[in-house]
Amino acid sequence: MLELAGVSRSFGDVRALDDVSFTVRRGRLTGFVGGNGAGKTTAMRIILGVLSSDAGTVTLDGQPLDGPTRATFGYMPEERGLYPKMKVAEQLAYLARLHGVDRGAADRRARALLDRLGLGERADDKLETLSLGNQQRAQIAAALVHEPQVLILDEPFSGLDPMAVEVVQGVLTEQASRGVPVLFSSHQLDVVERLCDDLVVIAAGTIRAAGDREELRARFTEPRYVLRVDGDLGWLRDEPGVQVVELAGSEAVVEADPDGAQQVLRAAVARGPVLEFAPVRPRLAEIFREVVRDVPVEGKVAA
Amino acid sequence: MSADLREQSAVAGGAGAPGGAGVPGGGGAGGRPPAGGGSSLGRGALLVAEREVMAQVRSKAFVVSTALLLVGILAAIVVGQMLAGRTGGDVRVAVVPQVAAQLAGAEGIETVDVADEAAARAAVTSGDVTAAVLTDSGAAGVRVIVQDSAPGALMTALTVAPDVEVLNPASADEGVRYLITFGFGLVFMASALSFGSTIAQSTVTEKQTRVVELLLAAVPARALLAGKVLGNSVLALGQTAAIAAVAVIGLVVTGQDDVLALVGAPMVWFVVFFAVGFVLLAAMFAAAASLVSRMEDTGPVLTPVMYLVMIPYFLVVFFNDNEVVLRVMSYVPFSAPVGMPVRLFLGDAAWWEPLVALVVLAAAAAGVIAVAARIYERSVLRTGARVRLSQVLGRERVTS
Repeated sequence: MLELAGVSRSFGDVRALDDVSFTVRRGRLTGFVGGNGAGKTTAMRIILGVLSSDAGTVTLDGQPLDGPTRATFGYMPEERGLYPKMKVAEQLAYLARLHGVDRGAADRRARALLDRLGLGERADDKLETLSLGNQQRAQIAAALVHEPQVLILDEPFSGLDPMAVEVVQGVLTEQASRGVPVLFSSHQLDVVERLCDDLVVIAAGTIRAAGDREELRARFTEPRYVLRVDGDLGWLRDEPGVQVVELAGSEAVVEADPDGAQQVLRAAVARGPVLEFAPVRPRLAEIFREVVRDVPVEGKVAA
Repeated sequence: MSADLREQSAVAGGAGAPGGAGVPGGGGAGGRPPAGGGSSLGRGALLVAEREVMAQVRSKAFVVSTALLLVGILAAIVVGQMLAGRTGGDVRVAVVPQVAAQLAGAEGIETVDVADEAAARAAVTSGDVTAAVLTDSGAAGVRVIVQDSAPGALMTALTVAPDVEVLNPASADEGVRYLITFGFGLVFMASALSFGSTIAQSTVTEKQTRVVELLLAAVPARALLAGKVLGNSVLALGQTAAIAAVAVIGLVVTGQDDVLALVGAPMVWFVVFFAVGFVLLAAMFAAAASLVSRMEDTGPVLTPVMYLVMIPYFLVVFFNDNEVVLRVMSYVPFSAPVGMPVRLFLGDAAWWEPLVALVVLAAAAAGVIAVAARIYERSVLRTGARVRLSQVLGRERVTS
């Protein structure tokens, strides 16, 4: 388990991270969401040791991180980049060797990984000759080539074509199932919602919410239910203990306590076939808005 | 690969898997050495150096320019021989009757009979002949009179080494002297500029393409800087050694062994000084380049370093006959790689002087590297506007 505890970092007078604590569990995909300048990249760079923190600790399974441990991390920076004039397989092998893999294994892994990502035929071409989509795949390969023990990806989906998004999703899931703690940030909340097991929401350098995605959803769930029947729902307005939020013919959203909800369901079944009855779960985008909305104005310092 | 995957997930699944230095290597194929901090720095630096060298050696531009450079050096030596009057054509030599027989039919010599010593001197002075051979009471039995330097062909022809009487001593080996000092200065400037720019370019490219962040996630900034300096120093030194070798071969082949005897030792010193001096400059180039994020912005930050590289060249070209300037140059770290070999060539440096200058240079290099590492470490990840020196040399404030 990767854990950040009380991590703070300032740039001049700007407090980019303020007492940030969260965990990235093994075998789980952890989504890291927040607006521009919220501190996602800074936090990730601190995890990687590319940037130092002013205070706080980063530990892996309780051990403070040192150079050799960090060398086993896989990283995909938000600012993508590889050597344009270097051959793809060669630079992947070079990166793997920088991470401590020996020469022969580095070369084998680079080629095997490129084959898996559908770039096998371009392995000996210079990166700059690849299409943008293929360059993105090469970038993904760069984060994976040394078979990382921890995976940190900054906006792995930004700028990807739909095919590459599929590839990245597959890779993330696969890595997590290997038992690797995976932390990825994204602006695309729908992707995060679909993919991640855990969620960390950051705004203006502070963690606003963190934990299991379903738990978070439950916490932000309002007592609302959606009801769809084969018939008209006009009668709902006269039903006691129920507040109608939305009503459109045969479909309605109502607000009620659990008992009241069951009461409504029984009433509906008594009147005819019920096609759908379910609690309304908030979408991640709604939770995000909710969590970030109450940011105090003076806290919005990180540009 | 799948074997590795299983293995690693098994490790990861274990209670409290350390995930780092403690992970059992993963067997032969996937072996990751349990590197300590120090050795990973060295290992990283070597890998970076290897990449720098390979990137250059494989580039056509580098191979072609090196070949052209070596051909140019060879050409300069041949031209130098011509300037020094060692042309391939016959040398006109005035001879008095007593020695005419001795030189008759000698290879590369065209004898011109003159009546006596006075006529011979007049012929040399007027430039009608290159040299004159007279009788002499000395051991050699003959005396050669020349305007500037004794022609090699004539020296060979006279089986006994004769006493040479130089009429115009101040300009004795002006041509050769100028060429040699010019040569040291030019080689130093050209190599330092070209490999310095290579370092700067490589630094900025890594920043511009953002690959640097990926590199820094794997190795410390110091290892990156050390590797760059090491790799390019090896290249620069290799090229300089090749130039020295071509110069030696050229001098031997064109029969200028006497010049070789003069420049041989200074040339070896030059290579030694160059090796240390270039490390100093390389660190400066890398640090300067790390301040900017785009190739277009390198001009202003590199200009001061460029001046430091060019100044020794101009000093040696304009002041190669000024002993005070040369003496100062030979001790100042930036110009010592040119100044000291020139003084050694001119023969006015004591045996211990190059050693002292070398120690001064090495100390300066160590100091500059320490400062450069600090600048590099703190600015290499800052992209966007140019980083000011005060920002990186003062209290650490790295912005994202």
